[in-house]
Amino acid sequence: MLDWWLPENVSTYGREIDWLFHLIYYITGVTFILVFVTMLAFLVMYRDRPGRKARYTHGNTTLEIVWTVVPALILVILTLLSVPAWSKIKMTMPDTDFVVQVTAKQFNWQVTYPGPDGKFGTEDDKTLLDEMHVPVNKVVRVILKSQDVIHSFFVPNFRMKQDAVPGREIRQWFEATKPGKYEWPCAELCGFGHSGMRGWIYVHTPDEYGKWAAENLTAASAAADAKPEDSKKEGKAKK
Amino acid sequence: MSASSATAHAHVEHAGHHELGFVRTYIFSTDHKMIARQFLFMGLFMMILGGLLALVVRWQLAWPETAVPGLGGILKETGGILEPSTYNMAFTMHATIMIFFVIMPILAGAFGNFCIPLMVGARDMAFPLLNMLSFWVTFCAGLIMLSGFFVEGGHAAAGWTSYAPLSAVPSYTGVNWGQNIWCISLFTMGVGSMMGSINYITTIINMRAPGMRLFRMPLVIWSLFITAILLLLALPVLTSGVAMLLFDRTLGTSWFKPAGGGEPLLWQHLFWYFGHPEVYILILPAMGIASEILPVFCRKPIFGYHAMAFSMIAIAFLSWIVYGHHMFVSGMSPALGMAFTVTTMIIAVPSAIKTFNWLGTLWGARIQFTVPMLNALAFVSMFVIGGLSGIFMASTPVDIYIQDTYFIVAHIHYVVFGGSIFGAFAAIYYWFPKMFGRMTNTALGHLHFWPTFVFFNLTFFPMHIIGVGGQMRRIYNPMQYEFLQHQQHWNVIITYSALALGISQIPFVINFFWSLFAGKKAPLNPWNANTLEWTAPSPPPHLNWGATLPTVYRGPYEYSSPESREDFLPQSTPPVGAAGARRH
Repeated sequence: MLDWWLPENVSTYGREIDWLFHLIYYITGVTFILVFVTMLAFLVMYRDRPGRKARYTHGNTTLEIVWTVVPALILVILTLLSVPAWSKIKMTMPDTDFVVQVTAKQFNWQVTYPGPDGKFGTEDDKTLLDEMHVPVNKVVRVILKSQDVIHSFFVPNFRMKQDAVPGREIRQWFEATKPGKYEWPCAELCGFGHSGMRGWIYVHTPDEYGKWAAENLTAASAAADAKPEDSKKEGKAKK
Repeated sequence: MSASSATAHAHVEHAGHHELGFVRTYIFSTDHKMIARQFLFMGLFMMILGGLLALVVRWQLAWPETAVPGLGGILKETGGILEPSTYNMAFTMHATIMIFFVIMPILAGAFGNFCIPLMVGARDMAFPLLNMLSFWVTFCAGLIMLSGFFVEGGHAAAGWTSYAPLSAVPSYTGVNWGQNIWCISLFTMGVGSMMGSINYITTIINMRAPGMRLFRMPLVIWSLFITAILLLLALPVLTSGVAMLLFDRTLGTSWFKPAGGGEPLLWQHLFWYFGHPEVYILILPAMGIASEILPVFCRKPIFGYHAMAFSMIAIAFLSWIVYGHHMFVSGMSPALGMAFTVTTMIIAVPSAIKTFNWLGTLWGARIQFTVPMLNALAFVSMFVIGGLSGIFMASTPVDIYIQDTYFIVAHIHYVVFGGSIFGAFAAIYYWFPKMFGRMTNTALGHLHFWPTFVFFNLTFFPMHIIGVGGQMRRIYNPMQYEFLQHQQHWNVIITYSALALGISQIPFVINFFWSLFAGKKAPLNPWNANTLEWTAPSPPPHLNWGATLPTVYRGPYEYSSPESREDFLPQSTPPVGAAGARRH
């Protein structure tokens, strides 16, 4: 019923977020209807008419206990259901050998791959601007940094959002389940160029990703691409 | 004549003999009712400005980068087209003005001042001079805030939340003095609000009329009491925070700048530690107003008076430990996020209790659909929507997705416009006869209420939809994003509705000023209400009552009581067997 407005989900944990979203949608929807129907009924039934006398009552303890306990129980259940998804998304870090570093700046995403040696800060690092390429069905770890103000890493299709805070390295992860090209806006006001600060995340099939990486991330391509000799210094300076 | 302001309330016998000059009566007045009017006029004036800024923002979102009608003269260089920096300034100042200079002055400032002494049975505030200072300090804060529009580089443009380091380093926004002025103005406002809150708390604790026990106080007084406590404890945190921000900007400190060893999240902790209680500062008085107005026009006691008072107390306590839900994805420890989920879910319970008690009040009532009642009912129903949409954010995993989207914008507007502003309108229509001694025009009141209610919903409900679609808040042009383009028609609908919502306020302005000068003279107690203010003349003179203060014999909501032949029984009517001994 709602699917026409949530963008398509293409991440593993996105399913859990959407499930909770729909659950809360139905709970609040039903509550909303009950409250409004009751209220409208009361407004019609108890409108001032000649001869009508208001009921003199100060409350009803049983009723008040019921409508305190019932919402409390629903909220406890919602909390209990929220905790596992939250701890999975934000508090655990699945094992992976795929790590990228994202350094936000006004008004770009700088995506650094460690290169063949698997280490950051070495000569074969490769930095792309506003685009990230990842294989499908693979846990991707993101080391999120910012070099100026707070930005927010938001990929609507992945249901992923995390602020990038200058002075901190925040580790996040995602696992995309469908190849494609997904928009990657900044979600935190970061200055006059905030609107339009946007990248793309390309999710490839393993074969395609291998091809792309061979063309773009190998030592040869890194060397060919690097600005004369001082790419290492530049990498350091970015920190 | 002789009564010095600080001891005015002691000079009962002089009541009515005052011949204060024009300045002491209308400008530097220590009379709580005049100060209330001053706050009201200030708030309503600023509301026009805040509303126009919102329309400018809406225009840009519906028809990006087209000339905004009427701005050609101001933005000469672009011919009326908003630039991103001007746009950022517009939404920053819209929120800043609406929160600090519209809702706070009207609800806490105007109605706090007007209602507290009159409804607890006091002749004035505990510290009338401090009360006057409170208004004038707030007024200066407003002037300072307005001056920011005229400095080079424009006004603050880092959002009303002014997250550091964006707000802490001038080169990040290109705004220099604008942000400094923002800090100075809010600092000044914080001082003014502290003076007011001390006054409210002292007056309510010490100056209640004989018989006015705490649990005989009208709920609006309970709400203002709790609001004042929150103001007293929350505002100084903001005041210190903006001082630190100003020092970062001008004196070279590094509280929030990582380059100098500072911590950006410290600002967010300080800001939201103030900011969440602030939300309740904005909504609690409106809850009190609704709880006050519903029984009067239901002709029936409030349902669960004690539950209503205790749920507000619970909200006040809990509001200190929920603020972290603004920071779930900020980089704060996710374990802390989990703790804040629990508290946030808990704070929903007292809000639910209040809603059900309002419904309980309607049950079996004799409902009179007056204009204040319609606005109070709008408050209740819109608050329900704003409360329910809050549950989405309380669930941390869902919040990951909807944080910083229009879903949040929809939620805050349902709470702050649907809640606080409808509450303010209800209060204005309800107390106008007492405040100005004249009735408002009912036809114009309906002409104001119905379009406002309809266009409010048409403006803010679709924001849930585009928020779920992923539209981020504070973006300049949604058309820059491919995934948002298919829902741009909603932005156009919202903007048309917002324009209509703006136009719907014209009957209110006409009604307000027309009634002020030409409205029908208000009787002592036009609504047949029970609370003490309706036993004072309309408008009440300086020191409120004649020689004797009213004595309170019962709670404030004895409507349709079997003890009385009429359907109301004022708090000050002595309980002698026959209902004849009423003393007005």
